[in-house]
Formats: sequence, structure tokens, C-alpha cells
Amino acid sequence: MTNNDAFVSLADVSKHFGSVVAVDHLSFTINSGEFFSLLGPSGCGKTTVLRMLGGFESPTTGEVYIDGVPMSEVPPHHRPTNMVFQNYAIFPHLNVRANIAYGLRYDKIEKAEVARRVEEALEMVKLPGFGKRRSNELSGGQRQRVALARALIKRPKVLLLDEPLGALDKKLREEMQLELRALQESVGITFIFVTHDQEEALTLSSRIAVMARGKALQVASPKDLYNHPVSVEVADFIGQMNFVKAQVMDVRNGEALLDTAGLGKITTSASSDFVRKGAAIIVAIRPEKLLLSAERGSDGRASVQGTIKTSTYLGDRNHIYVSVDGCEKPLAVATPEAQASGEKPLDRESTVWLSWADNALILLPHD
Amino acid sequence: MTDVAYIDRPNRPLYVYAIFYLAFLYIPVMFLPLFSFNDNIYITFPLKGFTIQWYVAMFKDQPMWAALNNSLRVGCVSSAIATLLGLFVAKAVTRYRIPGVKPIIFVIMLPMVVPLIIMGVALLILVTRLGFNLSLYTITMAHVLISVPFAMATLISRFEGFDPSMEEASSDLGAGPWSTFWRVTLPMVAPGVLASFLLCFTISFDDFIMAFFLGGTDPTLPIFIWGQLRFPFRLPGVLALGSLILIISFVVVFISLWLRRWGVEDTQSGI
Ligand SMILES: Nc1ncnc2c1ncn2[C@@H]1O[C@H](COP(=O)(O)OP(=O)(O)O)[C@@H](O)[C@H]1O
Ligand SMILES: [Mg+2]
Repeated sequence: MTNNDAFVSLADVSKHFGSVVAVDHLSFTINSGEFFSLLGPSGCGKTTVLRMLGGFESPTTGEVYIDGVPMSEVPPHHRPTNMVFQNYAIFPHLNVRANIAYGLRYDKIEKAEVARRVEEALEMVKLPGFGKRRSNELSGGQRQRVALARALIKRPKVLLLDEPLGALDKKLREEMQLELRALQESVGITFIFVTHDQEEALTLSSRIAVMARGKALQVASPKDLYNHPVSVEVADFIGQMNFVKAQVMDVRNGEALLDTAGLGKITTSASSDFVRKGAAIIVAIRPEKLLLSAERGSDGRASVQGTIKTSTYLGDRNHIYVSVDGCEKPLAVATPEAQASGEKPLDRESTVWLSWADNALILLPHD
Repeated sequence: MTDVAYIDRPNRPLYVYAIFYLAFLYIPVMFLPLFSFNDNIYITFPLKGFTIQWYVAMFKDQPMWAALNNSLRVGCVSSAIATLLGLFVAKAVTRYRIPGVKPIIFVIMLPMVVPLIIMGVALLILVTRLGFNLSLYTITMAHVLISVPFAMATLISRFEGFDPSMEEASSDLGAGPWSTFWRVTLPMVAPGVLASFLLCFTISFDDFIMAFFLGGTDPTLPIFIWGQLRFPFRLPGVLALGSLILIISFVVVFISLWLRRWGVEDTQSGI
């Protein structure tokens, strides 16, 4: 393997179900102790990847390595992984204590030690005193904790979590996100976490693989994903983004002159090799990087005139949609709530100026 | 206007229909216990008086006990085998992707609709050609054959009702295939296993045709009862026996229905 830190790695892994290609030539590596997320829309192959790591599906081609060992010949019960299933899969015929202790039988641990570790695990997931309950006497959040305790008590090298918070309501989900993160830091186990919720992935992860159609579009830290997406698809999936078509007029000394559809002619630094003279590209800018003002600014920043169309109230901020001549869609501009309700009411159809810093523009290949 | 919802309003024709239906079903059966306590050797009205002498006579009837013993043994063994076979088939067809599984199930289910008399003749020819002696063993084999489809149907629906991720969770936690089977699969399908066993047992206990064709000198209970009918003075004893069997069957059916319900609640709570 190329990466010495790599703890879990997928080498050119594909999985076909008949004619359905669930995972398509996927390769990435995960370091020890990471909180790694697989993020993507439903049906993009996240669960299939997790199941191949856990040993419940075998790759059609390619190989999965965990701690340097190829896994294709290793059955689930011999893998150093444990899984928190999407539906938690709590055994209904056993109580919470027996569920949590279930896997310890195969680790040849003394009875007293088992009892101690089960109590410890119940403490860890904040369910002390719940040992005698059955799964039908637990709420969704409590089941999720039991599933977590049952997997973590095995002290796996890698914990696999398949949308474990998907079934919980928003408030509980946010609470569990914090707890999950704290738990991961305290146990130091590598977590591989599947979610279709980009906010959840951004909050929790040290790195994220954004998936679509069985492929990894980008593997990066939340910050890099947000600030430096590599494609329109990724940029569109992570947070909100404005897209403007552009033509590359000239490239010189790392500076590109762009003719944009709506933002006028702009010069910006460009190092990527798809920014070639004559190429059609996409310029992206985040709503919060656009500044709204009634008058044209005098600070020399690039700016453009537009007309306010609608606004959506998001609690802590507003998104105001400004239509600009030449742009296909109105541009979203994030404004703090105070400004929106402030001195000058921003009426519909009123004319405003949008300005941005030079480094706020993200250049993306046209796909 | 009435404040009773339309769906809750009394429906007189339906009640009348229900009463006739139940009468049609149960009145013939009720003659059994009725005449079993009647102090008359002939089965005629009017009733003459109350007696338990037929029950006493029945309890002293050694050949009857021998026949009952044969039936119980054949029933237990054949339903255990049928349930075990059904268990493997149900596990296989619900858990593994097997090409051509639909036609295979169809073929296994076929004996359900083949008339027993045809099966009986066919088996008789086969068994004698192979040189086996007719005995309780041949009856047991035949009973396995006719009850396997019922065992399978019961168990497949039980397996389909429970989530395969339970078994995956077990192997994920370190349990090998056998360990998973004993610790998760079997406890979770246990109500289905019991229901299947009881169902197969009733089929075997009830069977006359197979026992008639494939039996040797040892009779099962239905064969024994049939033999008794030739002697009029034996008839009240048969009625007493029939009444007892009736009560036991009701209890068994009740238990298996209850098991089925219990099972359903259990699996739902697991998901
Ligand atoms: N056992 C299976 N048999 C056939 N197709 C499957 C199976 N499992 C998954 N798929 C298909 O593979 C694709 C990816 O599924 P999955 O990994 O569950 O996606 P995700 O978890 O991202 O929603 C889907 O199109 C799904 O229909
Ligand atoms: Mg999924």
C-alpha cells in the first residue's frame, strides 16, 4: 500500500448486483482513529460499501484491507469490525444486558469481567439500570445506544455505523451527534459513518467521502469540501452554492481572465489545469460570500447590480434572491437577520449591488 | 339520527348467517360428547340417562391404548422430521439467493394438492417394490411426506417475517454460523417451529388413508377406530374416545393460534 497511515483501504472495489452497479471502482483510504463519513444521496452505494467492510457482501472486483490484511477470505465473525445496523438489529428475545454481552462469549472472557464490562458499557451510553429491559421497552434513541454499546464492548478496530441517527427526531439527533463525537474521541476507535445528511457529516467527520452513483466524487476534510469542492455536483450537495457560467478569455501567470454570464469580466487566480484559454467553466460562490448593499461600494471590490426577487427566512439569517442580468437563476445572498430587518427595508424589485472578494470565487470544471 | 358509527351498527342478517354457520359447523360434532354420556348402546334419541361407563370401558381397553401409543409415536417422529426438513428449506429459500428457487418450492408444495388416495397407492407400490415391510415406519415416512409442505409453509412465513440483519448482527458480534443458528435464528423462529410441529402432528394423528395403505399389523388410532365400527357395542366407547380427542384438538389449535400471534408481536418489536 502506498499510504503508511492507511488503516482501512478500498482498492478499486466494485460491487454488482446482477445488472445494478452499486459500487463502481471505489478507492480510498482511512487513517487510524479517524471519524470518516460516507455521504451521498439514497441509493448511491453507501450501505453496500459498509457491508463489504463488515463482510456481509463480497466485492465483485477489488480488495478491502483492514490493518494491512486483505479481507476477502475473512468471514464477518472473524473481522476486526463491528457494525451498528440501520435498524439497530437488537435481538428481541434477549434483554439489554444479554444483547450487550452477546459478542463477549467469543472473546473468552471470564464471567465477572463480562458483567463488569457490560455495566461499564451501559454507563458509557448513559443507560445504567436498563439492563433488564427488552428491546420493545426501549425508545428509538435508547435502542440506538444499546446497538452502540453492543458493538463497542467488543473493542473493534473499526466501528461501522449505517445512518444510525436517521430514525431519530431532530433534537435527539443533534444531541446524539455530540455524544457520538465525544465517544469516538474517548475510545479512539476508527469510525466509518454513513449518512445522507450533509450537515451531520460536516459536523461529525474528520474526513468525508462524497459519493454518487457508486463512485467517490471527492474525499476531503469538511472544511476543504466546503471551501474547495472539486465539481459542481459536490458543491451543489454540500451547503448552498450559486453557479455562474463563464468562458476563459486568457490565462497568464496564474491569473485567469473570465467572461462570466452575469458577473461581468473578472480576473482571478487560477491554478487548475482545466482553466485553459477558451474553456467553458463554472464559477461558484457561496451565499455568505456575497455582500448586499443599496449603493455601489467604493472599496474597489468587484460588484454587480441586480434586483431583489424573494427572500427566505432561515432563523439566524435570511437568504435573499437577487436576479442579475445574464445569470440563469437569481443569486442567493445570505444576510444576517439584523441587516435584513435593519434601517433600510429591502423591498422586492428594489435595485441593489452585490460585491465579493476576489478569493471568494471557486472555479469548477463544466460537466 | 344515531350516534353510532355506520360500521358499528348492528347488522341483523349477518348475525343470522353467523348463527346458522356455526350451527352447521358444530352441531354434528356436538353429537359426539352428547351420546358418549348417554346410557344406551344404540345411538338414537331420546337420550336414556347419564353414564360414564363408556369412558371407564375406554380406559380399560388395552388395544385402544396400544393404538393411541402407535399414533403418538408416529405423530411425534413424523412431525419432528417434517419440521426439521421444513426449517432447513425455509432458511435456505429465505436467506440465500438460489437460482430457480420458485419452481423448487412449487414441486415441494405439490403433495399438498395431490389426492391422498393417489399418494397412498403410489407409495404402496413404491414401498413394496423396494421390498420394505409395511409397518409403523412406512406410515411415518408417508406422514413426513404429506406434512412437509405444511411445515414449510408455516416456517417460510415465519422466516420472511424476521429481519435478516438479526443474523448478520450475530455474526458481526463474532458468532459462527452454528452459534448464530442456536442463539438467534432458532429462538426467533421458535413459535413457528412449535406451530409447525403441532400442525404436522394433527395431520399425522388425523390420517387414515396413508395408515390404511401403508400400515402393517400395528394399527394407528384412526385405523383402530375404523375397526371398532364393525361392532355396534363398541360404538359408544369410540364416541367417548372421540370426545376426548375433540377436546385435546381444540386445546392444541388454540395453543398454536396463540403461538402464531405471540410470534408476530415478537418480531415486530424487534424491528
Ligand atoms: N442485495 C441487493 N440486491 C440488489 N440490489 C441491491 C442490493 N443491495 C443494494 N442494491 C442496489 O445497490 C444500490 C446501492 O444501494 P445501497 O448501498 O443500499 O445505497 P445507499 O445505502 O447509499 O442508499 C441501489 O441501487 C440498490 O438498489
Ligand atoms: Mg443505506
